[in-house]
Amino acid sequence: MSDADAARRKQDFENGLNGSDAQVASFEGHEKTFVDRLQHFLHANPTMVPIIVLLLSVAAFGVIAGGNFFSAFNLSLIMQQVSIIGILAAAQSLVILTAGIDLSVGASMVLVSVIMGNLAVNMGVPTPLAIGIGFICGTLAGMLNGFFVTRVKLPPFIVTLGTWNIFFALNLWLSGAQSIRSQDIDATAPLLKFFGESVRIGGAQFTFGSILMVLIFAVLWYVLNRTAWGRHVYAVGDDKEAAELSGIRTDRTLVQVYAAAGLVCAIGAWAAIGRVGSVSPQSFQEANLQSITAVVIGGISLFGGRGSIIGPLVGALIVGVFNSGLRLAGVDVLWQVFAIGWLTIIAVAMDQWIRKVSA
Amino acid sequence: MNKHSLLKTTALKTAALAIAGAGFLGLVQPASAQDVGACLITKTDINPFFVKMREGATAKAEELGISLSTYAGKVDGDHETQVQAIETCIVSGAKGILLTASDTKAIVPAVKKARDAGLLVIALDTPLEPIDAADATFATDNFKAGELVGQWAAKTLGDEAANAKIALLDLSPSQPSVDVLRDQGFLTGFGIDTKDPNMIGDEDDARIVGNDVTSGNEEGGREAMENLLQRDPDINVVYTINEPAAAGAYEALSSFGKTEGVLIVSVDGGCPGVQNVKEGIIGATSQQYPLLMASLGVEAIAKYAETGELPEPSPGLDFFNTGVTLVTDQPVEGVESISSDEGLERCWG
Repeated sequence: MSDADAARRKQDFENGLNGSDAQVASFEGHEKTFVDRLQHFLHANPTMVPIIVLLLSVAAFGVIAGGNFFSAFNLSLIMQQVSIIGILAAAQSLVILTAGIDLSVGASMVLVSVIMGNLAVNMGVPTPLAIGIGFICGTLAGMLNGFFVTRVKLPPFIVTLGTWNIFFALNLWLSGAQSIRSQDIDATAPLLKFFGESVRIGGAQFTFGSILMVLIFAVLWYVLNRTAWGRHVYAVGDDKEAAELSGIRTDRTLVQVYAAAGLVCAIGAWAAIGRVGSVSPQSFQEANLQSITAVVIGGISLFGGRGSIIGPLVGALIVGVFNSGLRLAGVDVLWQVFAIGWLTIIAVAMDQWIRKVSA
Repeated sequence: MNKHSLLKTTALKTAALAIAGAGFLGLVQPASAQDVGACLITKTDINPFFVKMREGATAKAEELGISLSTYAGKVDGDHETQVQAIETCIVSGAKGILLTASDTKAIVPAVKKARDAGLLVIALDTPLEPIDAADATFATDNFKAGELVGQWAAKTLGDEAANAKIALLDLSPSQPSVDVLRDQGFLTGFGIDTKDPNMIGDEDDARIVGNDVTSGNEEGGREAMENLLQRDPDINVVYTINEPAAAGAYEALSSFGKTEGVLIVSVDGGCPGVQNVKEGIIGATSQQYPLLMASLGVEAIAKYAETGELPEPSPGLDFFNTGVTLVTDQPVEGVESISSDEGLERCWG
């Protein structure tokens, strides 16, 4: 009797196995419900949530608020109205992707616009130079945040809470809380209002500012998804230690992220002068929180490393659609605020639910 | 060391300590040496309106030989610093306080403490709630300010006022008193039934296209105007809570290509606003006088310190009216006004 025969022949005690389940261990298969499949789909395509919400809300307000809302002109007006918050949301997204937060975005934007205005209108500096100096100041403001976060190891919330106040105070000091009039800008530095110019396409009126917003998101999408640096940003946000162990210089990346956010805010400052028409030190007081709202509604996780940069653009548009729709429907302002509040909470709840996806 | 120089050193040290302490609190307090001391407490130190107020008070105090200490909150709404300032004033032995309260209800107990200690408390610009919590209130008649621009708009339109389409650009959803008074004053002046005069937005006159809020700045003014133009593109009368909001509304109108034939009216009388009247961007604005409020306030404290006499409110009002003047370059009959050039001479900020 060969060994092979012996192996093939069952031993007596093994007969007890007859009739038992012969299947290899496997995952429990169950019928996938529609909700499961939806959850799975959304997990794979996180940007779809805000896009679906945007389409649904446009459709809903088209019915509620009527033809005025649905006009090409109104839809392009919404783009104009959200353009500044949208640009700030782009800056905010960069920081939030690294699991940080930047409360100073609005204040640094207003500060830069006051710097640009003071230089170009009040001090007679050539406008392109004034804008360039503004960009540098914005970048430095961002680097200051990055320095405290990485070198002094302070939590981003605390750092930017501090710089928010610092930038705001500097802004009031520089401007004397006094606006620079639209007509004075026209007379001495019309280039400052470049992003207020617009092109008409059919009934729609696109300001250069709203086109700029879309361009900024397009560039950031490319950088975040198609460059090594972009992947580093996600890696740092997802797990800083793991990123460090795999050779990413995380602190340097973080400083660069804050600096880039500062630069985007400074570009926003130029666009804001065009949008508002004047240099207004009292405007955009809540822009920091509005930008965070847009980012959250856009599906970027506050815990970092997750979400698409396109989300906040859609998030900002959703807020704009809600405000415009509710206003045209004649709803009181406080209920608009109420609606945006719920939208924010529901957006984060959705995000949590999607993350719990099972195969 | 003789007694005299010892006293001097002690005084110096005390002064140094006081300055250090004041610096710590972010306050400025010149040492008070003269007999009559007074305090000016404003909402912030950065708004041009309050800067002008401080200038007026300081000039008057110097003239009358009163030692004036000035305090301000760090930002609008900084209530805590104002309470500390009142407490400091009581301790310093000042005769009176001029106060622009950030929180008109919450400040009342602190004001009562000061009055109980024998200080005269005058509310400037912003009435306390209740208004008699202060000994007196020196303020702009904001209802009148609104009424003047309302009358001007109605008279300028003439018979067309019956077909006007009106946009109302207010301040904030919480409807603070200045917001309500100006808005309802405008409507009254224009000849529209305001229903409840303590409430913005309850009117049902068909001429009103709608209300929206601006936060009193250019950005808010522009967005609010865009929204109301979306509701009705034929708006031809725009009331605005202040001149920055008016500037924003003008931007929106020009981006819609609708600046022709639209009347914008406003309230405040700040220099950039009056300049906008001169250039025809704002049709008319009601100018108020922060400098006058403060200098009259200092005079009242001086008088009180001397004779114990309390300031009287204007006849028919529960506060002393420091005046408001219509500024426009298109005067209408029956509404008194000054030109923008005169307005520029008297403007603040």
